[in-house]
Amino acid sequence: MCGIVGLFAKNAELQSQLGLHLERMLVTMSDRGPDSAGLAIYGTTAAGKTKLTVQSSLPDSEFPKLKNVLEAQFPQATDVQTIETHAVVSVDTEVSDRVVEIIQNEFPRLRIMGRGEAMAIFKEVGSPSEVARRFSIGKMSGTHGIGHTRMATESAVTTRGAHPFSTGPDQCLVHNGSLSNHNNLRRGLRRQGVSFETENDTEVAAAYLSHQINSGNSLGKVLEGALEQLDGFYTFVVGTRTGFGVLRDPIACKPAVLAETDDYVAFGSEYRALVNLPAIDRARVWEPEPATVYFWEH
Amino acid sequence: MGCFDLQQNTLRDLNAALHRQGDLLRVGGKADTQWEVLNPRGSHAVAVGVDGPLQITVCGSVGYYCGGMNQSGEIRIEGSAGPGVGENMMSGSIRVTGDASQYAGATGRGGLLVIEGNASSRCGISSKGIDIVVRGNVGHMSAFMAQSGNLVVLGDAGDALGDSIYEARLFVRGQVKSLGADCIKKEMRDEHLRLLGDLLKAAEVTDVRPEEFTRYGSARELYHFDVDRADAY
Repeated sequence: MCGIVGLFAKNAELQSQLGLHLERMLVTMSDRGPDSAGLAIYGTTAAGKTKLTVQSSLPDSEFPKLKNVLEAQFPQATDVQTIETHAVVSVDTEVSDRVVEIIQNEFPRLRIMGRGEAMAIFKEVGSPSEVARRFSIGKMSGTHGIGHTRMATESAVTTRGAHPFSTGPDQCLVHNGSLSNHNNLRRGLRRQGVSFETENDTEVAAAYLSHQINSGNSLGKVLEGALEQLDGFYTFVVGTRTGFGVLRDPIACKPAVLAETDDYVAFGSEYRALVNLPAIDRARVWEPEPATVYFWEH
Repeated sequence: MGCFDLQQNTLRDLNAALHRQGDLLRVGGKADTQWEVLNPRGSHAVAVGVDGPLQITVCGSVGYYCGGMNQSGEIRIEGSAGPGVGENMMSGSIRVTGDASQYAGATGRGGLLVIEGNASSRCGISSKGIDIVVRGNVGHMSAFMAQSGNLVVLGDAGDALGDSIYEARLFVRGQVKSLGADCIKKEMRDEHLRLLGDLLKAAEVTDVRPEEFTRYGSARELYHFDVDRADAY
């Protein structure tokens, strides 16, 4: 099964409560998949700064070491905020590539979950309520965010196998379904220089979309291309720095509900996920059409 | 009248209370036959397995399988319904004032399902006698392998309408995006106009005439294996 949610807030008041709403939405979807859960939050941006979300299974020893190394090499250019097993490392964009190299070379046990101006990703094994509580998701603000609760069907229940998947700056993806041609697609993408960290099918979809975006295509165009290239069942919710998109495969057996008001656009695997949103009774609520790209941008 | 608030009590209690009324009626006892269900908030399996002539109004949108296996109940959903509304309904009626998600009325054996909005994919899949009337559109693969009963669509139908259909009758007033394997357009004879008129009347649809519809049904070419048609199976 799996449950997915998304919220695109159109005003400042709702943006200040983004985490709270997303947490409630995701917890409501817990019985669609209790194995692992994750959220991507598009929060505040600062000019010239990049956020790296880093995960460690030994946060108490690894993150202070990382902080010392980065502060020694880039005084005033880095800031490390630890939240449970994750750290959001804010760095000057001009040194971000070097910081990534340091993390990869000197801290092989750290995992970079995502990178971008606005996006931070928090995901772990465990139920949505547990994961949301550990990362204090309810206190987070942001312009938009997406979340996922997983019932694993085709690869291991691990932190890396949890969604959202990000393979490009400020780009992430959550998925309900299963892809049948992911091995072939992964081979093709590897030949084009894309690297993978898991055997998970969704990572391949995320990498495919990011690879297409990096080749200069718009997200809308890329999602249309996905309909041709991805074989299998999928309802995707995709986040970019400024936007939020939804795509269902042509068979559309994985459920999806969208709701829109003047204040927000919300996505849920089921209507239940949306019932606590403000003025949901007056929202336009509909089921997204199969093989149709929906996209909203700030 | 019985009133049940799903914010105060559990779904299991609701369905047990509804089943109890059916049991009471069967032994000639006094039962509450009018029910109102408040705050469904997208809950699954609301009023599933009703077995008796109860009138149930659900005030709000529901999740999966509302009214599934309904026998004799008259269920009104004031809102939209998730996947599988009225699945395997035996008799009685269900009315959805909003939209219905995929496989509405799937495998239904009897009764009337009315959807005032749109129904999405696979509406009436594998139906076995149910009558379904949709005021809006139906999605792709509707009436897939439908064996008997009627599907009436006042709007348009999506791709592959009536794929591998047996003897169900399909009436569509709008456009059909494409017909599925072995489903063909058929002549609308007097008996069909009468049948459709009765179905529209039962569904309380008064603003359209049977003459505005086109009938579709089985070409009966897939009933028996024919090696020359292996590609079509």
